[in-house]
Amino acid sequence: MADVTDATTARRAPTPDDAARLADSDQSGPMLAADGRPLKQSLQRALRREKLRALMLIAPLLLFVLVTFIAPIADMLFRSVENQIVGNTLPRTVEALADWNDDAEELPPEPVFRALFFDLFLAAEAKAHTRLGSRLNYETTGISSLFRSSGRRMDDVAEPFQDVLEQADPQFGDGAFWYRLMTGEGDADTSLLNDQRERLAALTREGMGGDIGFAPSAEIAALLPRAAREYSAFALFTARIDNDVVAEEDPWESVYVALALDLQDGGAERVQSYAGPGADALQAAAANADQLPVVDFREAFIEVDDGWGDRTNWETMKTYSPPFTSGYFLNSVDLQLTADGVEAREENQRIYVMLFQRTMFMSLVITFSCILLGYPVAWLLANLPMRTANLLMILVLLPFWTSLLVRTSAWKVLLQQQGVINDTLVWLGIVSDGGRLALINNQLGTIIAMTHILLPFMILPLYSVMKTIPPTYLRAAKSLGATNWTAFWRVYFPNSVPGIGAGSILVFILSIGYYITPELVGGTTGVFISNRIAYHISSSLNWGLAAALGTILLAAVLALYWVYDRMVGIDNVKLGG
Amino acid sequence: MTQQAPHDDFVVFDRVQKSYDGEILVVKDLNLSIARGEFLTMLGPSGSGKTTCLMMLAGFETATHGDIRLGGNAINNIPPHKRGIGMVFQNYALFPHMTVAENLSFPLEVRNMGKAEREGKITRALDMVQMGAFGGRRPAQLSGGQQQRIALARALVFEPELVLMDEPLGALDKQLRETLQFEITRLAHNLGITVVYVTHDQTEALTMSDRVAVFDDGRIQQLASPDTLYERPENSFVAQFIGENNTLSGTVVELADGKATVRLDSGDVIATTAVNVSAAGDRTLVSVRPERVEYNVERMKPDAFRLQAEVLEFIYMGDIYRTRVRVAGNDDFIIKTRNAPDQRRLKPGETIEIGWLPEDCRALDA
Ligand SMILES: Nc1ncnc2c1ncn2[C@@H]1O[C@H](COP(=O)(O)OP(=O)(O)O)[C@@H](O)[C@H]1O
Ligand SMILES: [Mg+2]
Repeated sequence: MADVTDATTARRAPTPDDAARLADSDQSGPMLAADGRPLKQSLQRALRREKLRALMLIAPLLLFVLVTFIAPIADMLFRSVENQIVGNTLPRTVEALADWNDDAEELPPEPVFRALFFDLFLAAEAKAHTRLGSRLNYETTGISSLFRSSGRRMDDVAEPFQDVLEQADPQFGDGAFWYRLMTGEGDADTSLLNDQRERLAALTREGMGGDIGFAPSAEIAALLPRAAREYSAFALFTARIDNDVVAEEDPWESVYVALALDLQDGGAERVQSYAGPGADALQAAAANADQLPVVDFREAFIEVDDGWGDRTNWETMKTYSPPFTSGYFLNSVDLQLTADGVEAREENQRIYVMLFQRTMFMSLVITFSCILLGYPVAWLLANLPMRTANLLMILVLLPFWTSLLVRTSAWKVLLQQQGVINDTLVWLGIVSDGGRLALINNQLGTIIAMTHILLPFMILPLYSVMKTIPPTYLRAAKSLGATNWTAFWRVYFPNSVPGIGAGSILVFILSIGYYITPELVGGTTGVFISNRIAYHISSSLNWGLAAALGTILLAAVLALYWVYDRMVGIDNVKLGG
Repeated sequence: MTQQAPHDDFVVFDRVQKSYDGEILVVKDLNLSIARGEFLTMLGPSGSGKTTCLMMLAGFETATHGDIRLGGNAINNIPPHKRGIGMVFQNYALFPHMTVAENLSFPLEVRNMGKAEREGKITRALDMVQMGAFGGRRPAQLSGGQQQRIALARALVFEPELVLMDEPLGALDKQLRETLQFEITRLAHNLGITVVYVTHDQTEALTMSDRVAVFDDGRIQQLASPDTLYERPENSFVAQFIGENNTLSGTVVELADGKATVRLDSGDVIATTAVNVSAAGDRTLVSVRPERVEYNVERMKPDAFRLQAEVLEFIYMGDIYRTRVRVAGNDDFIIKTRNAPDQRRLKPGETIEIGWLPEDCRALDA
């Protein structure tokens, strides 16, 4: 500001016709500030600086909201479609399955089973196969036990190869020999190693970077691609997960299988010209290549568990192999993603649509009963003399100061079959002892207890709106000839609608996601969708489905909010003043 | 004026008392008759019970004791909406969720009037307050003055005989207030309605009313036409409250023929008109209007009473001079003189002689 004045006065003293000049200038062109810039531009600059300062002031809060609020929601949205576990755990199998035509009435071809052997072996070492089993079990029951039992028995599949190789040259039983063989001479094949780094990082979710004291030589990788690959995976796992020295450890059985397959697959000829470390042992093994067992992996797997011969399991694996899936959302609305596309679930498995409907319906009933009970109370609060109103306000707020569990339990005491209300009714002779009313562990119980718990959220916004309605409105209406009822209905009520709106939104949104009270007093017919979400989070551990259900709930709330905004206008909602 | 008004006692307060808490009487023994077509103003300081009286008349408060009659019938037990009394409030009390036209339509709808008839009346009422073009607006889109015009139209649209207004112009600025004062009186006069108007602004009361009831402490201190109130206040409260006033305290030494001789506390003895003193020996406040005091000896009437005064302050105010002098021990004695060519301008410290006629000098209660 100071330099602006200086600039003007420096040039010449202001004269009375300055104002006239200024007034003229907006006809001749854009208004100029004292420093010669267009006025608009310098105004914007000044405002921008101010805005930036304001933003910095709220930055900590913004960050807090972002971290504690936006981030979890984003995570939830992500989880509801995320399905990378299949691709991360069985990458080669997924790749091989892509070529399998699941319309044909056949099992996947041999390469798929081979890929599955290596994938499952590594997953079993990393103990990741059970996680994948649980995931796929959400879609087809039985897969969980299939993976658990098979993971353990991959060694059996490998055993015949190991015996033959060690007979051909006992050096194959020595970890240090394997290390020398694989390290070889000359350039290292870093891209092979890096591929394995990525794969293990995705599988184990551990860091796989850095020097592990091993890299396969490019020569060996060309000669024995499978063995080099599997040994690299073994080396990474040993160095990074087990924290051991690679050279001192005996390789996994899968490495023997890989070597055997390499030898059978033209490797026997290729190693004849090899002269690097361990060439003698390799050539001995190549000489005995015809003694290596020819294993049909498909049969071997079916022998391990005949679940592998069941096409449904394979279809499920193929359907859920992409990294993102709509499966959780489809499950949330009682549909199912199968190899043939989207299908309805079986009748007896459909629960979510019904639960969503029930949640909406009961939340509406609760909101409505809150309006019914809260309106008169709020009116009293706004119109009673100060002292009485304050006392009443304490009573309204009292529930806030009592534990939610205590309040809910109190309703149990009151409402149960042998509870206070039933006892009183029986004593009064209104109901017979045999015909005691079922007031709890059903929808009625949930509605009663939740109305009570959420009532303050209706009363407070209503009260704060009613407080701003001048009493002269009613007087004016009556002086104009309106009866008490007309004055209320045509003048007072319309002015209190913003309070009803605010209270209803609050109560409805709170109740739609309510969990504890329905859990305690809802029985089986009075539980909400949130109870199901909680079940999936803490018991079935199907977080993806829980996230999808939560996302649908969130979308429903936002949709309602939007509808409300279109109908009533969110500007009309007042929480205070 | 009072005497000319035809007194058929349209509104009557008959020994009305009101207490909110059972301990303090907010209205003490109110007796008041208002004629049909009269414009009566209740004037008084805040808390003197004006609104309470109005609310009892409208039916929003019940009288603790006494009768209120409207057109000869006791209305104590008639609910407000059946009284047919129009009301204008200080905060306008326009219904914010209705347009101007809907606001005006409201009293007609509750009277089950047909649509065509309603529309005719609304148009006429809006034209009456020069707001014909604003029927579709919401109250929030109008200025304060416009809102009050609408409130006025709404109170009049159902053609009540009696309209109550509780400080209707209190929230407006001075210029707007003056315009609306004029319009309200014009409307009231043209429509022949009876108006009970409440204000704490004496200028408003004096310019608008046929009669003014000056309230203080729950009582009517004086009920009279504006000129009577100003010229002949009956007690020192009214004298002080209405217009500017000089008071000198003293004791009555002689009382005869409506004339009282008063010995001021300074020792000076002056002749006054006895108004509110009963016997010699009474303490009294002598009241003189500033414009009735003269210091130009040539202009003084021969029978004027004279006193020595010392000039403390002299203010040139354009049309008048305002002089503050010390006289008979009172430092706040004000003299207002018209700016005229022969009028002398005084200097502080100067000693002058001031004087006034005994008729302009009233001995009131102390
Ligand atoms: N509703 C009420 N309850 C209790 N006391 C009231 C109420 N309304 C007014 N009063 C009291 O009555 C007295 C007169 O009030 P009011 O009639 O509003 O005076 P005015 O309108 O002349 O300012 C005041 O002392 C006020 O405090
Ligand atoms: Mg008042």
